[in-house]
Amino acid sequence: MQRSENLVSSIDWLTILLYFLIVLLGWLNIYAAVYDEGTTGSIFDFSLNSGRQLVWIGASVIIIIFILIIDFKFYSTFAYFIYGAVFVVLLGVLGFGTEIAGSKSWIRLGSFGVQPSEFMKFAAALAVAKFMDSHGVKFNNFKDLFILGAFIALPMGLIVLQGDTGTALIFGAFILVFYREGLSPLILIFIAASAAIFLLALLVTQSYLAIGIGASAFLIIMLSKKNLKTITGILLGAAIVFSLIRSVDYVFTNVLKPHQQNRIKALINPEEDPLGYGWNVTQSKIAIGSGGMWGKGFLEGTQTKFDFVPEQSTDFIFCTIGEEHGWFGTLILITLFMLLFLRIVYISERQKTRFARVYGYSVVAILFFHFAINIGMTIGLFPVIGIPLPFFSYGGSSLWAFTCLLFVLIKLDAHRMDQLVH
Amino acid sequence: MIEGRKYVIQAVFLITGIAFLVKLFTIQVTDKTYAKAATDNIILPVVEYPYRGLIFDRNGELIVYNNPQFDLTVIPQEVKQLDTLSICEILGLTREDFKQRLSAARKYSYVKPSPFFKMISNQEFGKIQDKLVDYPGFGIQARTSRAYAHPVLSNSLGYIAEISSAGLRQDSSRYYRQGDYIGKSGLELYYESQLRGKRGISYKIKNVRGIEKGSFEDGEFDTIPIPGQNLVSTIHLRLQLYAEKLLKGKVGSVVAIEPATGEILAIVSGPSYDPGMMVGRKYSSNFSLISRDSLNPLFNRPVMAMYPPGSIFKIVQSLIGLQENVLNVNETIYIDGRNIGDHAPPGYYTLHEAIRKSSNNYFFMAFRRMINQNLNANTFIDSRLGLDNWKSHVMSFGFGAPLGIDIPNEKGGFIPGSDYYDKIYGHNSWKFSTISSLSIGQGEMLLSPLQMANLAAIMANRGYYYTPHLVKEIGDYGPLSKFTEKHMAGIDEKHFPPVINAMQDVVTSTAWRAVIRDIEICGKTGTAENPHGEDHSVFMAFAPKKNPQIAISVYVENSGWGGRAAASIASLLIETYIRGNITRQWLEDYVLKGDFADATQ
Repeated sequence: MQRSENLVSSIDWLTILLYFLIVLLGWLNIYAAVYDEGTTGSIFDFSLNSGRQLVWIGASVIIIIFILIIDFKFYSTFAYFIYGAVFVVLLGVLGFGTEIAGSKSWIRLGSFGVQPSEFMKFAAALAVAKFMDSHGVKFNNFKDLFILGAFIALPMGLIVLQGDTGTALIFGAFILVFYREGLSPLILIFIAASAAIFLLALLVTQSYLAIGIGASAFLIIMLSKKNLKTITGILLGAAIVFSLIRSVDYVFTNVLKPHQQNRIKALINPEEDPLGYGWNVTQSKIAIGSGGMWGKGFLEGTQTKFDFVPEQSTDFIFCTIGEEHGWFGTLILITLFMLLFLRIVYISERQKTRFARVYGYSVVAILFFHFAINIGMTIGLFPVIGIPLPFFSYGGSSLWAFTCLLFVLIKLDAHRMDQLVH
Repeated sequence: MIEGRKYVIQAVFLITGIAFLVKLFTIQVTDKTYAKAATDNIILPVVEYPYRGLIFDRNGELIVYNNPQFDLTVIPQEVKQLDTLSICEILGLTREDFKQRLSAARKYSYVKPSPFFKMISNQEFGKIQDKLVDYPGFGIQARTSRAYAHPVLSNSLGYIAEISSAGLRQDSSRYYRQGDYIGKSGLELYYESQLRGKRGISYKIKNVRGIEKGSFEDGEFDTIPIPGQNLVSTIHLRLQLYAEKLLKGKVGSVVAIEPATGEILAIVSGPSYDPGMMVGRKYSSNFSLISRDSLNPLFNRPVMAMYPPGSIFKIVQSLIGLQENVLNVNETIYIDGRNIGDHAPPGYYTLHEAIRKSSNNYFFMAFRRMINQNLNANTFIDSRLGLDNWKSHVMSFGFGAPLGIDIPNEKGGFIPGSDYYDKIYGHNSWKFSTISSLSIGQGEMLLSPLQMANLAAIMANRGYYYTPHLVKEIGDYGPLSKFTEKHMAGIDEKHFPPVINAMQDVVTSTAWRAVIRDIEICGKTGTAENPHGEDHSVFMAFAPKKNPQIAISVYVENSGWGGRAAASIASLLIETYIRGNITRQWLEDYVLKGDFADATQ
């Protein structure tokens, strides 16, 4: 009795409020996305995505209660076990899973489908946090780095094999966590620079780019201290960048699959084939762009309602809010997410254990990656990658997985003082 | 240092959020093209075609109307069953045809309906309608096509067909669209803007598959199609039918005019074609068939053919001579027959006798008096003055320029003037003898059959005419204003009775086949010389002499003397129009037999 009173007072209600606000807005927008005047039932109609989402939300509440009831030490103690269990299921999916929309990432239980890969993110966050906490991982220990890398790379590889590159990409979010825990920023910069160069190489003529790199290397040499070490370093850097550029064509045509190539082409120039690979981006931008300042009004969106926007209640749900509620609506939603992210960083920072802090940063990094990639793709700033907008998109698996992710942190946070005693 | 990294991470979050909001602001608020693209996405303009105006005859009988016609459309995506046998059978397609049409439709759009088989007749539609249920993806688009109560009047009515790409480019009003039907000739072309009505457009909302989801903005921008205006033509359908029957198998034309109004009662071009051939699926094959025909049925002879008028022109010469005071009805002149070939014997002639016997030499003499009025001592200059004066008289009769009938491509004939002869012979290097064959309606002079009928109308009216026309009512309005304008022929009314009396005598004495009991006919025969073969048979007349109701010209190519073929046809038509029936079955038989050359006078 005393314990639950304690929980109520120590729990972070602001995060919970933000969570429910985003879930509620998501639910309303899912209804708007499938709404078709005259033929559609009410928002509670279970034959509609909105009705089903309400069921998922209800189930999430039950999950939340369970998470809050279970002893907080459970998550740290059983972190490897949870990781192992989900990993085995993930392995099973590859053998016995059901293929939906090109991805063999579903387990069917009757009429009900679950995507284990969604839960893998949660499990990986637990395992990474546990490992970094218990081993006092430092980023100059090669063995530690290798094991840490394996925790992430193994599920990533499996998910890629399932044909769900988008979800696999999310595991890149841990880079942000490692950065917070002491990883050299050079690695982050290197990754960002490689991505930028890859895109640049596709955008502009490669020989121009090479000339540009040569010229800037020359300029840097002229401006820097002209000792042999610096010059060699700069020349070496330029050579690496140059070979990276040379490899872009090869990677693009031989490593990427045709649909992935098209998504990058669509990002660069959707107008080149607006009815083909540019369709998603073009239509998504039209839907959002037609919303104006204040939007067309709830259920008044024509582009989402009439199916011009693909995957309108899942991956492209952001279009609905953009079209029906305009820039004002997107401002509200993005603000809610920003508040949530900053709150989670704040929560993470006040943790007393490395486990809880690393876990907290994993939560915010995963949520942020979803947020950035999902909204980025709907407004043409990122290639089309089929991943949901957390708490907002339609789908049971993703909602439950994000709920677990967030509420385990809330549970840990509620007991941060207990951990000290511990 | 690591403590500071939380700020870097928070900064990354905030920068991302702000970057999104900035980008969103540009596409949502500053850039308006997305809003327009969204509207374009969902708007489906549905064209509603108006009914084309109908065409009636002067008594309210229907001549041209609209028939429902159907296009079979296909939405390739929805086509499932490929057991195509019964559809192929009904439409007369082979399997290859079928596949080809389907792939053409696919090329246009997978999800939108496109025409699969255009212009299915009513009967075929009846057969297909029941079967459509078994063929998902196939649908019917209704439209109308022209239909004709009788297979007559084709060249005057004209036809409609899909607008050509050149036609689209030239459409300055920008009204027409690809696939629209437009009048191509005849009344259909001349009255296109009145007949076509106005297309209506309703704006529907469609979803991504092009399926209608209701009207846009509650139909605020919709327009209702306005049906075309009906035309009441001047045609007397019974007379027209009879005229077409009489001219069957002959090359030539008939034009009958109500003199008091200029309304055309009947207008026939022979040979002709069934206007129903220019409708529907067979249009293009029939069109090439008709246009390749050696007798050129598309050539609208009454307004496009130009012939030397021959002896009927002597009527004009008589009137000009009297008006110019070079002839006198009481004068008797000895005509010797030296100057020009002549069927009329030499002897003493009055104007009356000259017309009655169609004396070539009399009119040779008369024309010389008109041309050489001794206004100048130089015979060349004198001839020039005479010809210019004569030509202006002739032009007043509506010759030498199109009359302005309400069908396109009317030819004006040709009346040579001094400029023409200057060009051929040199300035002042010609004189009366050069142009003397004009005196009897030969030489360079050309008239259209319409102009000949109009001459008969001028005679009937004793000196004036209204521009012959084919439409007397457009919707609720009367004819075009130009058709109610009186045109004077420039001849005093007093000169007409003697000439008309002579024309009456022509009929009673020489053109005896034209005589109708109890109806006084005034006419003039002609036999236009044809260097290429048998002479052309010409007759123009009006009747009754008092209160004329009909003026007519008949031109039958290669049928010899005007008193036979042309006069017989004209007489039968006059009787039909005035009396309502014919009394001389033998004459009709004679005309229908069509063998005029070996008959005796």
